[in-house]
Amino acid sequence: MTDWNLSLISPIMPEIFLSAMALLLVMVGALKGDKSMGFVTYGVIASFVLAGGILYSVSDTRPFDTLNGMLVVNGFSNVMRGLILTGMVFSSLLSLNWLRQNNFMKFEFPLLYLFSAIGLLFMVSSNHFLALYVALELSSLSLYVLAAIKRDHLDSTEAGLKYFILGALSSGLLLFGISLIYGYTGSLNFSEVNAALVSAQMLPVGAIIGMVFILAGLVFKISAVPFHMWTPDVYQGAPTPVTAFFAIVPKIAAFALIIRLMTGPFAILNDQFIQIIIFVSVASMVVGAFAGLLQSNFKRLLAYSSIANMGFALLGLLYNVPEGVGSVILYLAIYMVMTAGVFGILMSIQRRGVALEKIEDFAGFAQYSPLLAYSLAVLLFSMSGIPPMAGFFAKFFVFQAAVGAGYFNVAVVGVLASVVAAYYYLRVIKLMIFDKPNSDMAFTPMCQFSQLIVIVASVAAVILFTFMPNQVMHQALEAAQSLFPQ
Amino acid sequence: MMTDFPILSLMTYLPLVGAILIFAMGGQKSGHDVGADTRAKFVAMITSLLVFGLSLVMMVDFNPHTADFQFVEKKVWFESVGISYHMGVDGISVFFVLLSAFLTPICLLASWFSVHTRVREYMIAFLLLETFMIGTFCALDAVLFYVFFEAVLIPMFIIIGVWGGARRIYSAFKFFLYTLLGSVLMLVALLTMIIQAGTADIPTLMATEFSSQMQLWLFLAFFASFAVKMPMWPVHTWLPDAHVEAPTAGSVILAGVLLKMGGYGFLRFSLPMLPEASEFFAPMIFVLSVVAIIYASLVALAQQDMKKMIAYSSVAHMGFVTLGIFTFNMQGIQGAVFQMISHGVISAALFLAIGVVYDRLHTRDLNRYGNLSKNMPLYAVVFVILMLGSVGLPATSGFVGEFLSLLGAFKVNHVIATFAATGVVLGAAYMLLLTRKLVFGPKINDDAAQMTDLSLREKIYFLPFIILVLWLGVAPAYVLDRIAPSIEQLMSHMNSKVHVRMDVGYGQPNVGGAESPQALQSPQALQAPQVPNTLNELSEPDVSPEMSSGLPKEGQAQENGAEPVGRGQDKAQDRAQGNNSRAAQTHSGPQRTHMDHKK
Repeated sequence: MTDWNLSLISPIMPEIFLSAMALLLVMVGALKGDKSMGFVTYGVIASFVLAGGILYSVSDTRPFDTLNGMLVVNGFSNVMRGLILTGMVFSSLLSLNWLRQNNFMKFEFPLLYLFSAIGLLFMVSSNHFLALYVALELSSLSLYVLAAIKRDHLDSTEAGLKYFILGALSSGLLLFGISLIYGYTGSLNFSEVNAALVSAQMLPVGAIIGMVFILAGLVFKISAVPFHMWTPDVYQGAPTPVTAFFAIVPKIAAFALIIRLMTGPFAILNDQFIQIIIFVSVASMVVGAFAGLLQSNFKRLLAYSSIANMGFALLGLLYNVPEGVGSVILYLAIYMVMTAGVFGILMSIQRRGVALEKIEDFAGFAQYSPLLAYSLAVLLFSMSGIPPMAGFFAKFFVFQAAVGAGYFNVAVVGVLASVVAAYYYLRVIKLMIFDKPNSDMAFTPMCQFSQLIVIVASVAAVILFTFMPNQVMHQALEAAQSLFPQ
Repeated sequence: MMTDFPILSLMTYLPLVGAILIFAMGGQKSGHDVGADTRAKFVAMITSLLVFGLSLVMMVDFNPHTADFQFVEKKVWFESVGISYHMGVDGISVFFVLLSAFLTPICLLASWFSVHTRVREYMIAFLLLETFMIGTFCALDAVLFYVFFEAVLIPMFIIIGVWGGARRIYSAFKFFLYTLLGSVLMLVALLTMIIQAGTADIPTLMATEFSSQMQLWLFLAFFASFAVKMPMWPVHTWLPDAHVEAPTAGSVILAGVLLKMGGYGFLRFSLPMLPEASEFFAPMIFVLSVVAIIYASLVALAQQDMKKMIAYSSVAHMGFVTLGIFTFNMQGIQGAVFQMISHGVISAALFLAIGVVYDRLHTRDLNRYGNLSKNMPLYAVVFVILMLGSVGLPATSGFVGEFLSLLGAFKVNHVIATFAATGVVLGAAYMLLLTRKLVFGPKINDDAAQMTDLSLREKIYFLPFIILVLWLGVAPAYVLDRIAPSIEQLMSHMNSKVHVRMDVGYGQPNVGGAESPQALQSPQALQAPQVPNTLNELSEPDVSPEMSSGLPKEGQAQENGAEPVGRGQDKAQDRAQGNNSRAAQTHSGPQRTHMDHKK
């Protein structure tokens, strides 16, 4: 690169800004120790908000490759980065209350969020398998540490270790797949891989195997069946705000990668790709729906719910056109907003300052805090796909994509799974609203301002989407269109 | 007529505004905040009365001479995917809107003193329910319809689950999951149709032709939803549970409005959009209807729980509705719609009547009551009138619906109709049994003998029911006139889809007569692009001659009396007219309406 100027890196300004902030805040933390906790935490949240602002100002619909083709920034990655930053703001807001209540004073905690976010943001723009891998590992390593952040706590360390070992395995699979792709196409750049596969006289089997391994690595990240085993344990063991973070942000980024691979390097392998997606999707929906029925811990329940949700979201990919991909983006956005709200309320259901996790303990919550209980009911109805909430439309459009692609049977399995899953959401609603408290101990609903922002935003978005869906729909569709050659 | 005044949206969302108002007014979190509760009651009552007032305005403005959708509103909702916010009513849906608007204030009045806990939430739930009910019947967009249709589950689930009886949890879950299971299959069918037609607009979907093979699957998916909602045998089992455990007002809405959504769905979706599959599956529906009528009546005979008895009687009465709808003739469909309206009034009132004694003695066990005519004479009068309406005594509304749907059924299939008619007798048996034990019979308990007669509040809400039962019974024309044009259009629409095929096939000689009905009965025949006959013959091999000449001839055939020659001429004439068959239908329209008035 001889004639370098700022405009060449302007699309990745949010990432650059966040990296600079991360280094700065690390310095502050290192110099001032844990006393700087408050400053660092608010600094991280402010960074996310500012990065969002920067993203908005630099976002451009034209595709733009930068860093020697390592990254391609287009409409799709702009929307996904917007989603990720929103999710980061949500999850860091949710962590504030928990940090204060548990008197948790480790300045690394917010910084790990920040580092993880940088990795996730690079992930969705990557146009090169190495960039993909590096970005993925940057975020994953932060996530492993976050899962084990309560290091004197058995559950948390177990969750961290489990996540790490299985995560390392999936990274291994991913790398193996990448090496196969490199071996059979001679390149790691997405567009060059695509060109090599298109020009090949017959599809190299090794490349297909490589694709399968890469997909396996990514499916692990979105916790879809058959790589879902870690999810319930990690969800349960990790501190609740960390679980909320796991549930919303990394999955969006990993999903974005799957979409990019499907439409980019592996576009020519679509038939094989779809077969895998069908299996993963159906298995996730069914396992997520049925296994969730047996759970007594709300965080485990949400783990299975997220497994099922990922299955539903994958349905949209069966329709390899902008409408199908757009439905997935819409699904992810709505899923993120709903999940953030659910976790916000979950963390405020407390007795004597201790957050409750067992579902049975929610009994009679509506009598103490009807507003929170009914808000959770709205979100859970939305998650089970009952109109008029946004969750219905999320499901509606992915099912439409599946039907549009001609996969009626898959769609039918999906809707039936959604009925099964509806049972466990209803059970929570029933306990909160219909039943009497199972303990004399009064609920002490604890809802700080930061948490309230997330809950109100989530509930409002879930209801208002029905009345004014077009802006969001338009964004999702436009983002999807940018992935397809005109 | 105020054409651009969005009266339907106003009726739909006014209860929502009321619910938000109650929510916003707040009150103490727990315990009894009597002031806030009373305010909530009044807000809910005033809102629902306003909606009822608006529905009366709508009825006055409603033009009874057209089959077009009226008070239409259309706005962009989901641009680029063909989903719009489209509202409108025709002769069929307008009465269900009216029924919903009529029953809600009465429900609120009936639960004025009987609900003590979480009064504000109760009022909010009922107002939300009203929004969704009215929306369901007004929606002219398939997605909008589905949204309202499904959303009804949420308030009803909460109403049963919070204010219900002992087994409320079980019943609420059963109600919710049963209905949801049916509905999601309908969702897949809707998606398929939307993708093929490129829009979710109901009038456009009605005009779209779906291939015969596809229609069969789509019909089954819709059937899964509407049959559960109706409910038809054998998927009726949620209904007795839900009815028994729901609070009185919940049962009233359930019986009065929610069950009608199934029948309405058949008329709005299955028949016009999937005419061939409807005719193909009609025999199955007939059999299920007859089983429902006889089986549910027999089960009702054996009940000791009064609410359960009425619940099973609802299943039987809904059997007449499905029977009538799938006769595809004027009398049958008119009878079905009328039966739904009449059942909405009578069974709602019967549940209220049971609620009256339940409020006093807190039991639904029939054996605990007896000889109420002694201490509750007025109640006895009300109950007997309602009972006679339910039995279908002439001069009550129940008679008209049952008679017309049976008449329609007799034209199609004598055997089915004969079996169905036994349901009328069985209906009399269990209702008379109930009346004898409850109102007359020996005195059983002292506490039952000390119950007070109807209070002023109860008199107020029974009065409109009594008036309606008798008025609809002696002057059904008001309703029949208004539903006739829409049904006529529905029938001509169905036949036009069938006639298109017949016209194509008519270029070949000896079509129809030469083809044996058996050969046509196979699904392969349905798939063939040119099915050279009406589908009546296809679905009903032993169909009577006037049926095979196509449905629009009904009125004329009836007028011609029973001479076979006349029928044959009609048939020949119809064939000869070929493309003009639609004109013939329009011509025969007024005559038929005239005929129906005379009944």
